[in-house]
Amino acid sequence: MKVLACIKRVVDYNVKVRVKADNSGVDLANVKMSMNPFCEIAVEEAVRLKEEGVATEIVVVSIGPTTAQEQLRTALALGADRAILVESAEDLTSLAVAKLLKAVVDKEQPQLVILGKQAIDSDNNQTGQMLAALTGFGQGTFASKVEVAGDKVAVTREVDGGAQTVSLSLPAIITTDLRLNEPRYASLPNIMKAKKKPLEVLTPDALGVSTASTNKTLKVEAPAARSAGIKVKSVAELVEKLKNEAKVI
Amino acid sequence: MTVLVIAEHDGAGIASATLNTVAAAGKMGGDIHLLVAGQGVAAVAQAAAQITGVAKVLVADNAAYAHQLPENVAPLVAELGTGYSHILAAATSNGKNILPRVAAALDVDQISEIISVVSADTFTRPIYAGNAIATVQSTAPVKVITVRATGFDPVAAQGGSAAVEAVAAVHDAGTSSFVGEELAKSDRPELTAAKVVVSGGRGMQNGDNFKYLYALADKLGAGVGASRAAVDAGFVPNDMQVGQTGKIVAPQLYIAVGISGAIQHLAGMKDAKVIVAINKDEEAPIFQVADYGLVADLFEAVPELEQAV
Repeated sequence: MKVLACIKRVVDYNVKVRVKADNSGVDLANVKMSMNPFCEIAVEEAVRLKEEGVATEIVVVSIGPTTAQEQLRTALALGADRAILVESAEDLTSLAVAKLLKAVVDKEQPQLVILGKQAIDSDNNQTGQMLAALTGFGQGTFASKVEVAGDKVAVTREVDGGAQTVSLSLPAIITTDLRLNEPRYASLPNIMKAKKKPLEVLTPDALGVSTASTNKTLKVEAPAARSAGIKVKSVAELVEKLKNEAKVI
Repeated sequence: MTVLVIAEHDGAGIASATLNTVAAAGKMGGDIHLLVAGQGVAAVAQAAAQITGVAKVLVADNAAYAHQLPENVAPLVAELGTGYSHILAAATSNGKNILPRVAAALDVDQISEIISVVSADTFTRPIYAGNAIATVQSTAPVKVITVRATGFDPVAAQGGSAAVEAVAAVHDAGTSSFVGEELAKSDRPELTAAKVVVSGGRGMQNGDNFKYLYALADKLGAGVGASRAAVDAGFVPNDMQVGQTGKIVAPQLYIAVGISGAIQHLAGMKDAKVIVAINKDEEAPIFQVADYGLVADLFEAVPELEQAV
């Protein structure tokens, strides 16, 4: 079974971003970029499925700038067999990304597509569900457990009240939550080997996909700052303040 | 202009996040219709009809819509939604699961987790874990939007008298089925609706020590949450997680115990009215956002606090 793992290059999760002075966006110049943490979990799950003998080939795909090849090489070092970059320097919406991924799915015909549940830059949480709509596949979002059996996959999902398990016919779409697995680190020999693995570069035009958007970002601002309050010296003082000053208890 | 709101429910009653979502719909102008999709949801539809501001309740009652499987519910919403100016759902795990599938079916971009309505086509939403706020305008013929409940004060659950109309359309994609669920049972208030939230972090050291927080929470009538660090360490289940990738809360009082205050955690609670931090590390970043900080050993301070309130 072929598995398609989708990854996004995003600002590293340890970076505290700053809004640009002209409010056009956040300043990403000279900022460390990494694979989106949920996408790392997606790649790890694909690799584990291959180690279990369920998956036979892992194709990793990213939609993004030329530099996203770095993250694709990382995925190859983690165990993906080959990579596809759909190159676009534009800031694409989730729907545009889902349409491009749909074109890749049509080309590659995977049985399972695994994505992160959300990217930590745009915080949209849309792409997997949209890809599921466009392909007509079932979706197992926010997955904490994935079990393939025959032509079905059972997905345990993190939901607000606890956990829910659904059974999906293959092919299917899965989006990862944090507890699905703990991603490994790439070893040096594997990093070296990854440099020789195939990496194909495509364009939206070549795939015949329009990336037009109905959303327009007018401005990006820093959130209202929350100023630090005071330090209290004792529990008694804390209780007094909460009762008489803040009036919340 | 008419706004369609997808009701969040458990088959028995309407979830409180629906009331916040109806409030957001009210800021967009026009009538508000509520869709109740599920199986055996007559009682839910009756409750929905009482919500202030709702003009009409659409009820799609069919086995295909039980458990809110998105493969079946999304085509229903897309079919019903084409005549509306906006389609809204609460940004709950259910809303997040279904609505992007609707947006793609309608070939429009979605706007996720809005926190304010600037005008009928312009909204604000947090990005980068709340470290920036984007103002986004939509030119879509049908605007598909999830609503962060904490951004909007809820409308009253009573006082309305909407007409209830049955929807006959049945969509059964046949690609998915419900297997089972394990829902956490708790007598404490639900995190996102609680007026007071007590949360523990890595400083709790183990899951057993959360008993100190439960005792305090029960005194205050509070919900209990946790940081991602505490969840990752296996102290407590993931549905207690507060933060960028967990639950977003905005209670009157948030008490952070043994939580250092990573930006991902702050993203989930910094809109609380009053924040209290109890941590023995006086350099912990949580103190930079806390209204009242107490540098102390939590294992002494929390029981003392429980006695004092």
